[in-house]
Amino acid sequence: MGYQVTCEQAEAVFSSWKEQYDIFAPIRMEGEGCFSDTDVIRYGQPDRLSDIVWDKKSDYSFKEVLLKIHEVLFYFTEDQTTVPKGPEKEILIFLKSCDLHAVKRLDQIYLKNGFEDFYYKRVREKAKFILMGCETTCDSGFCVSMGTNYSDNYDGYVKLEADHALFDLKEGGLLESLEVLVSEAERDLNNAAKPKQITVTPDYVKENKEKVTLPKNLSNESFTKEIWKEYGSRCIGCGRCNFACPTCTCFTMQDIYYKENAKAGERRRVWASCQVDGYTTMAGGHEFRKDQGDRMRFKVMHKIYDYEKRFGYPMCVGCGRCDDICPEYISYSNCVNRLAKEEE
Amino acid sequence: MKNEYIPQLSKIREVIKHTETEYTFRMEFKGDVKPGQFFEVSIPKYGEAPISVSGISENTVDFTIRKVGKVTNEIFENYVGDSFFIRGPYGNGFDVDNYKGKNLVVIAGGTGLSPVRGVVEYFARHKEEVDNLTLIAGFKSPDDVLFKEDFDFWNETIDVIMTVDGAPEGYEGHVGMVTKYIPDLPIADTENTVFICVGPPVMIKFTVMEILKRGIEEKNIWISHERKMCCGLGKCGHCKIGSTYVCLDGPVFNYVDGKNLID
Repeated sequence: MGYQVTCEQAEAVFSSWKEQYDIFAPIRMEGEGCFSDTDVIRYGQPDRLSDIVWDKKSDYSFKEVLLKIHEVLFYFTEDQTTVPKGPEKEILIFLKSCDLHAVKRLDQIYLKNGFEDFYYKRVREKAKFILMGCETTCDSGFCVSMGTNYSDNYDGYVKLEADHALFDLKEGGLLESLEVLVSEAERDLNNAAKPKQITVTPDYVKENKEKVTLPKNLSNESFTKEIWKEYGSRCIGCGRCNFACPTCTCFTMQDIYYKENAKAGERRRVWASCQVDGYTTMAGGHEFRKDQGDRMRFKVMHKIYDYEKRFGYPMCVGCGRCDDICPEYISYSNCVNRLAKEEE
Repeated sequence: MKNEYIPQLSKIREVIKHTETEYTFRMEFKGDVKPGQFFEVSIPKYGEAPISVSGISENTVDFTIRKVGKVTNEIFENYVGDSFFIRGPYGNGFDVDNYKGKNLVVIAGGTGLSPVRGVVEYFARHKEEVDNLTLIAGFKSPDDVLFKEDFDFWNETIDVIMTVDGAPEGYEGHVGMVTKYIPDLPIADTENTVFICVGPPVMIKFTVMEILKRGIEEKNIWISHERKMCCGLGKCGHCKIGSTYVCLDGPVFNYVDGKNLID
């Protein structure tokens, strides 16, 4: 249901949401950027609706809310294991359309590829999503090319303007807070600004600066292309592209033990990158993709070919974060376009 | 909902020492298991390692473990009278129905014999269910031979070629790679002959090349792959090759599919 409210009223709705939900949204972290005196925009817990960064893409995605950077699977003593508690409160995540499409990819791997993942599921079941519209395209995104520019499967849509805010709330619990506000405002005869029920349509991007054409004829033959060798000479294997990507889901197991008591510790999983040394190394030292070019090929083929072959739609959502974050200025979107051009 | 990541504590019933660095641990386990499947075996603080099942009985599973990494080193140091954590079984395993009534040739390199040992054992004890069974097993040296007691039994029941890559002077057995014995294998009917090949990646590659030279169709060859597997559940991504997850779709593959797996 759509409403136009004042900014104060919107903050009041946000405050009542905060009582029920742990709210995660892109916020500006001042001075925390990679270089001195730069900010980083990443997911955190805003105090107010106006703390949220609406007009820029976050440097890192929402995925760390659903899939922690390192997650304790269990604590162990010599012969016992204890699983840590899951989240108690419900979770509300503000995200853009490309990222909402990425949720489907995370669900695919963690809930529908073989076994259901206990840890992902218990967080996911508590999560609701607020869509943030995009009035204009970001510089590096190519969501239109990937068909991820538009979403209507949100629980709510919020837009904060200078003098008012727009809500389109589908989910009952979210709507309740707004309806309480509406009925209070209607009883208050002195209140000039009553919430207006209107049709709210989410903003979405219809054209990007960056356009990507997916190659149509990829196969195992594509593995031997010269293009991979070129990327191999440029990529330094830092793995930042994987960590910024909202659809990368890999992890590595890690056991740690406590200094005070070496017989107790924890087994956890930590984000892993297919670009970093050791990703395929087995006990004994055999490694399958030693060359950085092969790793780039593995990543790109996964995003636009292998995943689709298994699940029926491409993995990449076109957010462009991998291009933004690469210290070697390697452009994944350009790589995909080059593969498509080679087919002409 | 079951939490697949939580391992169960399993007592060691027996330890069979094959070589200095390769032992079979017979562990308590109740449940359905197929040869070729694997478990994640772990000792908290050292981590988990995917280990294939080398023997199955009603209340136990065997793991033949080579002392080669962080987890397995610890297993060798601290096993006495003890237990490990295990979770599984995972993967598809070998389906013996695929080989019934056929001329079956099993080629295994080193610890590659572990995942396929259950298949060899099954047909060695149910000879009537297979036309003929030949095992070609390769080891680095006479000191590296695994499952010596099994070989005593197999030598009496099935055709066995046990070979070593190198041996000291005076060794009377076969010396040479497993591939050396494929050209001379008696194959009366190529249509009815099936191969299983398990071992290190490079051994599989050259062995399959030799098998194909004998006119065997790709669909009559099975291989089993090993990869890094952190979860065994299709989540961690380390074992993915193309659109295939070795832990879910394998580790046993018919060569028609297996040949397309390029890392």
